[in-house]
Amino acid sequence: MKPLAVSHYTVTTACGRGNAALLDALRSGRTGLHHGQFEAGAMDSWFGAVDQLDEPLPEEHAGWDCRVNRLLAATLQQDGFMQAVASLRERYGAARIGVFVGTSTSGVQQAEFAYRDRDRAGNRLPQWFDYNHTQSIHVPAEFARLLLGLSGCCMTISTACSSSAKVFAAAARAIRAGLCDAAVVGGVDSLCLTTLYGFNSLQLVSPEICRPADARRNGISIGEAGGFAIVDPQWVADAPALLGYGESGDAHHMSTPDPEGRGARAAMQGALDSAGVAPKAVDYINLHGTATQANDLAEDRAVYALFGGVVPCSSTKGWSGHTLGAAGMVEAAVAMLCIEHGLIPQSLNTEELDPLLRGAIVTRTRAAGIERVLSNSFGFGGSNCSLLFGRLT
Amino acid sequence: MKPLYIHAVGLAAPGLPGWAEARPVLAGTQPWQALPETPYAPQLLPPNERRRAPPGVRQAFRAAEDARNASSLDFSQLAAVFASSDSDLAVMDRINTALAEPVRAVSPTDFHNSVHNAASGYWGIAVGCRQPTTAVGGYDGSFAMGLVEAAGLVHGDGLGVLLVVFDVPPPPLLRSSRPMRHAGSIALVLGAEPDMGTGERALARMRLSLADEAESPLQDAALEDLRQGNPALRGLPLLRAIARGEAARLVLPHVSACNMVLEVEPA
Repeated sequence: MKPLAVSHYTVTTACGRGNAALLDALRSGRTGLHHGQFEAGAMDSWFGAVDQLDEPLPEEHAGWDCRVNRLLAATLQQDGFMQAVASLRERYGAARIGVFVGTSTSGVQQAEFAYRDRDRAGNRLPQWFDYNHTQSIHVPAEFARLLLGLSGCCMTISTACSSSAKVFAAAARAIRAGLCDAAVVGGVDSLCLTTLYGFNSLQLVSPEICRPADARRNGISIGEAGGFAIVDPQWVADAPALLGYGESGDAHHMSTPDPEGRGARAAMQGALDSAGVAPKAVDYINLHGTATQANDLAEDRAVYALFGGVVPCSSTKGWSGHTLGAAGMVEAAVAMLCIEHGLIPQSLNTEELDPLLRGAIVTRTRAAGIERVLSNSFGFGGSNCSLLFGRLT
Repeated sequence: MKPLYIHAVGLAAPGLPGWAEARPVLAGTQPWQALPETPYAPQLLPPNERRRAPPGVRQAFRAAEDARNASSLDFSQLAAVFASSDSDLAVMDRINTALAEPVRAVSPTDFHNSVHNAASGYWGIAVGCRQPTTAVGGYDGSFAMGLVEAAGLVHGDGLGVLLVVFDVPPPPLLRSSRPMRHAGSIALVLGAEPDMGTGERALARMRLSLADEAESPLQDAALEDLRQGNPALRGLPLLRAIARGEAARLVLPHVSACNMVLEVEPA
């Protein structure tokens, strides 16, 4: 593929709002995860919450008010992103800029509140519940389109934890097919009981802080996050770029990865092929690395099969938690920060490296000149996506 | 943009149990008639997955399997796009009901069925598809949204694509929040060329564009009720044009600021 400039991007996670907060956390090794209850009465867990989302949306957007939309609106306020989209709009026109957003749970938290408040005798949800502007899976994309003043094609991708990696692929092919001239892509997911108790029912929530690649890893820590990026087919000086993408299906199981990692390998190979580069051109791999036993082992098999044990790799979920539908976008931002600032982050919280893993897991953050970063995102239903980021040359 | 060729069609809607049965109705040579609605057991799923598949997934499979049964293509080689407004609100209803109780005992099967890409995951397992599979959701504009992603995969990535658009009505508690009268699903096999290597010629071709124009209704009252009663069946005007072998210019809902124009012709 022809590289696509990522002219602007912004990310908000439990490490703070905006790119500088995440970069600072990556450099200092400060996790955004905390222990406790993210909502009164919820089970104790380690989780990554974004601070100060208690304020309702302003009056003009009151109908959209819910945690995921507050997080989305807060995310868009950082790093001059709104202004960057405004100038993109002047260049291409609002109708020629696509919006592609990944989410796994959208505003389902509103439904959780509504079910608790329901009239049990009359079997009715409370009047205030507004499915169309909160719970519907399409809500974040539609709200982002509204806030950004765009009127072109619009897509919500919801493939669980690969959702907001796949938005880059969908935008790239839509541009190539002529459906839009440029695109805003992003991902957002907020904390909710559905994912906490859902992953817990599968025994995938760790009682300790998540420890990717650790011999004693015991599951995920859930986080919330938002992130957005502008992908632009025109050359943009000094911008990072999407060089390639690969997607695959596992065809294996609904909630367990193929233990051989065949789908993961196919996605990584696809990203390399579409960029036209060999495995040795990759300087760092940001792993999906959820810290479940099954994921980290299957992903390692795939990485080792393709790269051997030489390319440095790590999961950054020890900082942000697993941000599910936003993870692809968060880790795309990590990849771009690493390229722009010359950084290879460690596998945070990893104490005792799993001897069964053969990939070159990074145990101490270091400075390094890096040209290309591969970022993996894999989801339930065997939905895999790998993105290759680098520089425009 | 370049045209998309339609190589196979699948359909499941009230009174329209398959594409073969629906063709004369959509062509106007037979009247629409209500038929008893029967639960559908997907043919291609292994027994464990068949048992666990919720109604939304079954509805998606019904149209996908209808298209596959009428085609000689190898469906494991097609990329797949599953588009749905709500996937399966009965699953979300059970989870939210459980979460409102003190114990909060969410069923693990419900949780893995709750992801919006449940149908695409089951489909990959059913046909052994390792190609890119995607799940999109665009409320009442889900059909057009699915076409955007399918067009990208065909013309941006050079893949043959199975597009499946489906939805099922919500459970009672959510009916006023998300009104939907009918279950329905439509499947299309789309490619860049009039022949996908089978020697069979495409049924029709279409060009997509976006415009702020009003969506096209259907004249037949029963069919218009179906069209309005389910986001997937917003695609019925396209199937009507294919059934009639007619050229047509159709507008489908996409998002609030722009709809999708389809210029359809016999291939």
